This record gives sequence, C-alpha cells and structure tokens, in this order.
Amino acid sequence: MPSNAFLLEERIPAGCHHALLLKRGYALRLTDLSGDGNVGLLAFNADERSERYNMADTLKAQHTHKLALGNVLYSDMGRPLLSIMGDSFGWHDTICGTTNAAMIEATYGLNDFQLARNGYYRNGRDGFLMELGRWGLGRRDLVPNANFFSTVTVDDEGNIALSEASYQPGAWVELRAELNVLVILSTAPHPLREGPAYPEGEIEAGVFWAGEVPATDLCRTACGENQRGFENAEAWFALPDGGPKA
Amino acid sequence: MSTLLRQETIRAGDPFMARINAGQRVRLVDTEGNEAVDTFFFNAEDPRERYSAVDTVRRQRNVYLTTGTELVSNEDRTLLTIVDDTCGRHDTLGGACASESNTVRYAHDRKFMHSCRDNFLLALLNWNEDFSKRDLGPNINFFMNVPLSADGGLRFADGISGPGKYVELVAHMDVLILISNCPQLNNPCSGFNPTPVEFLLWDA
Ligand SMILES: [Zn+2]
Repeated sequence: MPSNAFLLEERIPAGCHHALLLKRGYALRLTDLSGDGNVGLLAFNADERSERYNMADTLKAQHTHKLALGNVLYSDMGRPLLSIMGDSFGWHDTICGTTNAAMIEATYGLNDFQLARNGYYRNGRDGFLMELGRWGLGRRDLVPNANFFSTVTVDDEGNIALSEASYQPGAWVELRAELNVLVILSTAPHPLREGPAYPEGEIEAGVFWAGEVPATDLCRTACGENQRGFENAEAWFALPDGGPKA
Repeated sequence: MSTLLRQETIRAGDPFMARINAGQRVRLVDTEGNEAVDTFFFNAEDPRERYSAVDTVRRQRNVYLTTGTELVSNEDRTLLTIVDDTCGRHDTLGGACASESNTVRYAHDRKFMHSCRDNFLLALLNWNEDFSKRDLGPNINFFMNVPLSADGGLRFADGISGPGKYVELVAHMDVLILISNCPQLNNPCSGFNPTPVEFLLWDA
C-alpha cells in the first residue's frame, strides 16, 4: 500500500492520543517510523458503542496470545472489529494494558507540563480517557488494549518480558474494519518498556480503501472460528437501509 | 480466632454476588474438582474501579494467578490478595463464556446455551440497575487451566484442580464479588460436567 494513496493521513508523536472513524471496508495502516514506537489500540462498534474490542474473546477464539497477520480483533459480541490484513512485524502484545502517570514517572522521571510544557511525558491511561471522553465514553470503556509494535513473550512458568524484537524501524500493520469502527489510539510507551529515555518517534496512521472481503480472505479463512465470526459480522449488516438489495 | 460470617453453595451454572469488606477473607472451594469459577470484582464504593486482568499480569510480570498474587484494579490499586491456593494456578486471560463467543468458538447452534455472561448480567442488574455490560472486563477463572506457550499460543486444557481444592483471598478494600459458576459444556474446563462451588467468608 503506497503512502501516496492514503485517503487520510496523520503523524502521531510518541505519547499522544488520536481517534478515527474507520467505516467498514476501509483499512488503517500504522507505521512505526522510529522502531521505538508503541500503539495502544481500543476499538468500538461505532453504531453501538457498548460493543468493543475484547482481549479475552480475541485470544480464545484464535488460540493465541499475540496478534499477527491473519488474526482479527474480536468484539465482545462475537464479531471481528478489525482484521490484520497486512503485517511486517509479526507479534503484537495483547496482555499488558497501558501505562498510568505514576508508572511513567517511575520509569522516565518527573517531566510534567509545569516542567516541559508540551514536551511532557504523557501516559496511556490519561490519553485513552481524554480521547474516550470526546466520544461520550469513559472509564467503563477503558478495557484492555492491544499494543502494536510491542512483542511480549511468555515462558513456561508464565513470566512475561518485552522482547528486543519490538525494535523494528519502519514496521507496519494494516487493520481492516469489518464493522463501522471507532478506533482509539494512544502512542504512549509500552508498560514494560524500560527508561530512562522517553520515546521520541512518530507513528504514521494512513487510511485506505480495502474493499469487499473475498471468500478466500486470509483472516476469514484462518480458522473455523473466524469463518463464523465473519458470518456474525455480515448478519449485523443484514438489514440495510431502504430494504434488501435486489 | 476468625469468625465464619457466611457459607453458601453456588450450584452448577448459577450466578452469585456479595459484598466483602476490607480485611475479610473469602474461600472458594472446588467441591468436586475441575470447575471453572468465573469471578470479577468491583470497588464497592466506586464500581467504575474494577478488577483489571492486564494490570494484574503487568504488575506481577506473570500471567498465572496463585498465592501472593495481588488482584489489581484499573486504577492500579490492590483489590484483594490471594493468600492460599491448593490448586496451584488460575487463569485471567480466557475471559467468560457468552452466547456470542460460543457461536464463534463452537457453532452457531450453541447460541442458546446458558453462559457466564448471562449470569454476570443478571446478577449485576439485580444488584443495581446502574450496572451494564460496559462494567464488565476480562475476569478471573479460578481453577481453570489456560496455558500460554512460548510461541504465542493459548489453549484451554484439562483442569489441574481436584475435589476440595480451594483458593483464599483477603480484601484490601470493600469490594463486590461477582461470580458465575461456569455452565460451559463445550470445553474441558468444567470437565464437561459443571459442579457446585462453596463460598465461605470470614471476618479475618
Ligand atoms: Zn463460562
């Protein structure tokens, strides 16, 4: 997907928050320009915002604790919100959530607005809330987020660690909307990232038209679970405005 | 000497909700073994503060829950601590079963089977109608075995619990405990045969 074909484009500095309405069939391409980036993501059905990305349902339906090419991000209502239709990265975290102000200060030191004005160290929890609040959502809607461009491994005893594989300058992932999706992003650092330097890179967020999902689609055919999930998504659109198409 | 305040049997497939005050100790007993006890917590004074699976995992740097695990809220505060555990480990990434996820995981015709989500919503709305689905998040599955693998996999495995195994927790603040004694018949978590769970509450 060449970047000159983006219909919408934004560059999000590290630590900031952003939202976009991604209608069905459009896709969001995120690129970690510096390699040191992290994109926390929440997703909601824009037509019924109590329906939202559900970490546990995503993991158990696809027998995975990482997100990669061919996976979908399930809502709590048995429908895919976003499909990972392209992915140069390979292993995105789902199980660590985001940072808060105290965690950021403990890792990177005190650097608040008083000290640094707009260069202050932002955290994920506050960024998510500031963005959720713009859409009439709040604390109840801040569920476990996905973390793109951060790889978290789990050993046999269950211990977790942020992997050096997370550092991939230019890494990109493409997320196709299977419903009309409100996407909420925070580019605050991953909660397991170590200091002392707060990340500085930018995330490029570009939207393009992905088109109808073919029957042979990689995400749809990845497993029987996803086949049924896509059928559930189609059922959501089974009653179009103005009656059925001829 | 601690005083037993309450003892109740939660039948197979039933919901349960109760208040646990700071300092009180609760025990959940897997009476017949292999049961999955889907459990969630709220701050009793401010239910917008609730159990957070990812903050619990992130703080202890481990995905399994056992003795010593602090159950952490979405405000990064400790709700309860697991103080005793004869089972060995518990899941917090598998979530609760629901009719919607049942259609994805098993088959469209499993939609009308009883589920933990139905239990959770019924118990919450009977407790206080200000609650809704938005108040729920990924829960704890006591006695359930969901191993994660180094290559990124996750599976629902045969239980490692057994008859009489129990887990004990002490509350750090006044909390509401929400339980669904899982009715799931489509996977091995309940040994394909849901069984009762015992709830015990002491003043200390
Ligand atoms: Zn269940």
